[in-house]
Amino acid sequence: MIQFDHVCKNYGKFHVLNDVTYTIQDGEFAVLIGPSGCGKTTSLKMINRLIEPDSGRILIDGKDVLQQNPVELRRHIGYVIQQIGLFPNMTVAQNISVVPKLLKYDRAKCDETARSLLEMVNLPYDQYGGKYPNELSGGQQQRIGVLRALAASPPVVLMDEPFGALDPMTRETLQDEVKRLQRKLHKTIVFVTHDMGEALKLADTIIFMNGGQVEQIAPPEKMLERPATDLVRSFLGKHRVSDSGPLYVENFMRTNPYTVSRDRGVLECAEKMARSGVDTLLVTDDDDRYLGTISIRDIKLRGKGGQSIEPLISTDVRTVCVGDDAQESVNFLLTSGESYVVVLGPDRTVAGIITKNSMAKVVANTLWGDEK
Amino acid sequence: MRFALIWDHLFMVFWAVVFSLIIGLPLGVLTYFYPKARKTILWVVDLFQTIPSLALLGIIMVFLGAGRQTVITGLTLYSLLPIVRNTYLGLREVEPALKEAARGMGMSRSYQLFHVEMPLASPVIFTGIRIAAVNAVGTAVFAIFVGGGGLGSLLYNGIRIQNMSMILKGTGVLMLMAILFDFGMGRIEVLLNRRAAGKTRVSQGCAE
Amino acid sequence: MSAFFSTYGQMLIRSILIHLKYVVISVSVGFVLGLMLGILLSRLPPKFSAVILPVLSIFQTVPGIVFIGVLFLWIGMIPATTIIALSVYAMFPVLKNTYTGICQVPANYCEAAVGCGMTPTQVMVQVELPLAMPTIIGGLRLSTVYTISWAVLSSMIGLGGLGDFIYQGVSSNNNTLIVAGAIPAAVMAVTAGALIDQLQKRVVPRGLRKEAAK
Repeated sequence: MIQFDHVCKNYGKFHVLNDVTYTIQDGEFAVLIGPSGCGKTTSLKMINRLIEPDSGRILIDGKDVLQQNPVELRRHIGYVIQQIGLFPNMTVAQNISVVPKLLKYDRAKCDETARSLLEMVNLPYDQYGGKYPNELSGGQQQRIGVLRALAASPPVVLMDEPFGALDPMTRETLQDEVKRLQRKLHKTIVFVTHDMGEALKLADTIIFMNGGQVEQIAPPEKMLERPATDLVRSFLGKHRVSDSGPLYVENFMRTNPYTVSRDRGVLECAEKMARSGVDTLLVTDDDDRYLGTISIRDIKLRGKGGQSIEPLISTDVRTVCVGDDAQESVNFLLTSGESYVVVLGPDRTVAGIITKNSMAKVVANTLWGDEK
Repeated sequence: MRFALIWDHLFMVFWAVVFSLIIGLPLGVLTYFYPKARKTILWVVDLFQTIPSLALLGIIMVFLGAGRQTVITGLTLYSLLPIVRNTYLGLREVEPALKEAARGMGMSRSYQLFHVEMPLASPVIFTGIRIAAVNAVGTAVFAIFVGGGGLGSLLYNGIRIQNMSMILKGTGVLMLMAILFDFGMGRIEVLLNRRAAGKTRVSQGCAE
Repeated sequence: MSAFFSTYGQMLIRSILIHLKYVVISVSVGFVLGLMLGILLSRLPPKFSAVILPVLSIFQTVPGIVFIGVLFLWIGMIPATTIIALSVYAMFPVLKNTYTGICQVPANYCEAAVGCGMTPTQVMVQVELPLAMPTIIGGLRLSTVYTISWAVLSSMIGLGGLGDFIYQGVSSNNNTLIVAGAIPAAVMAVTAGALIDQLQKRVVPRGLRKEAAK
């Protein structure tokens, strides 16, 4: 278990960490995320004491890291950095065996560890053990970097934006592999990233930091559902589309459709349609309640000048009420070939209409934000 | 007496650097244009620097006799390596994008060389000149052995008549000279660097 | 030609051997000293490098003859004079190159090493020194070549070496002598340079070598 207890760190006047407190449970995959300069990397480096706090404590399994010998401490914590840092003067096998050697494992055990770890990521020892880092691709190198961190079976592994320097495809493969390794080996992983997608994919718990403070600690689903602040929400951004909130008809409609009163005449109606550039109007009664629709087609076919439009009102158009589930209406519009669905308020007044246009607008807004 | 020695010394260093520029710059350009020649040229030039200075001067003396001409010839050969190598490196390190832009604009090879590549390579080339000059100051000490003058005589005579202060004075002047060269040329280098960077910025702006 | 060898043959061989002796001892001592001091200096915080580098460069401009001269006056005409002087002179290129070589090891390797739990010594031995080796050997090469050059002067203070031939040849205008001294010296320098180049290829870890070739 890793605990941060009111940790502060300043560089001159700049507060990198400002009273940071959080706990990471054993076997948890915790992701530290936030904008640049929020203190996530500083926080990570305090766990293996590469940086020391000005005040507050960091406890691993109840023991203050400052009380322990730093070199010993680091030999029992795995550490993976973004620039990979595989020693170019050592082979793959030697790189992996660095910490075991420091811990004085004997030669046979080192070899065996390297062998089994390499098997786990599908890079057979016989083929890759003797190669040098510059003979490997970036993705392979970083795999070895991760293996090096795991070699001495540390309970905790720290990763500082380890996949930042890799292309998206390799990054995805490695993310899957790290997640798989973590589950299989039951490690506690503390992972720093600035990529929300990565965080959502990998984390059991996300720790969102900003300006040296923790803004929210939550599992991914909870954070998606209930972002604690606007910053968190904006970071989540497009990730919120798929399962966010229930969708009602009123989310998709266009308000202020063109209406006409029942007592109007045919010619007047036709003129209004022409003026508004529509081919149907919604008909309402004196109390603005919905009666039906009237289309220019009906007027042309059956209308006579001077008549009221009442006999021509059609009630064929489908209606729904505010609060109804949107999916049904959307599906209907997409499959039936009808142009719109009328949405009625609780008092049967017209709330709006759902058209294919209004649906498209709403989807665009959600995906790419309000760009007004 | 002392000033004559300093003057002698500077004289030899100066001409050596000038000659080695006259020979070295074209050689450097050759190694840049003709990769096949590069290995040979660099090897020969490296050879001159590896051969012990006194040995080199001695061999030259066999042909040219004692005196300043030997020293200057020797120093010239000795200074070739930094200049040739740095010319090559400087030209090579000019951003490929700029070279391509120049070619694309329709510049002839020599035009491109003189108006784009050399100016941009000038800081690195100048570093080579600086290294050559500072080394030459130290090596010119050997002049005394082959009939040239120079500060070497202060050192040599100081040893001969066992006069420590002479040695120290000679050393002091030598070091001062080297420092001044190093420092002064270093400032020029910084200026050249700034100008070259400016040119790069401008060309990049234009290329956009 | 053979007349030359019969008269001077033995003397030439002796001079060569003395010369070699001076060079080997001085370069060895200079290398060890330079390496140790270079490592120590590299432990200082980076801001010192602004001072250290220029100072080292300045010392390098001091011609070897000065060291020889100064020590000669202090200690007198014993072999130790040449050896000490040349050792000090040989130390500087190695020192400077060790210092810059270590300082130029990219920081992420050092960070990874510390993060793995290496002590500072282990970081130095397992990571920094191997990675700085190419530069350090470069310093050794410079050192060796310069030392061979300046060892020629030991004859000036009567301590033998190939300078004997050159020096005498110059003062008596005897070209044969000059050449007799100069050519072995030149050959020695070129051979030593080539040998050290080979050494560099051996010593540089394979992982780095290929990178240089890339």
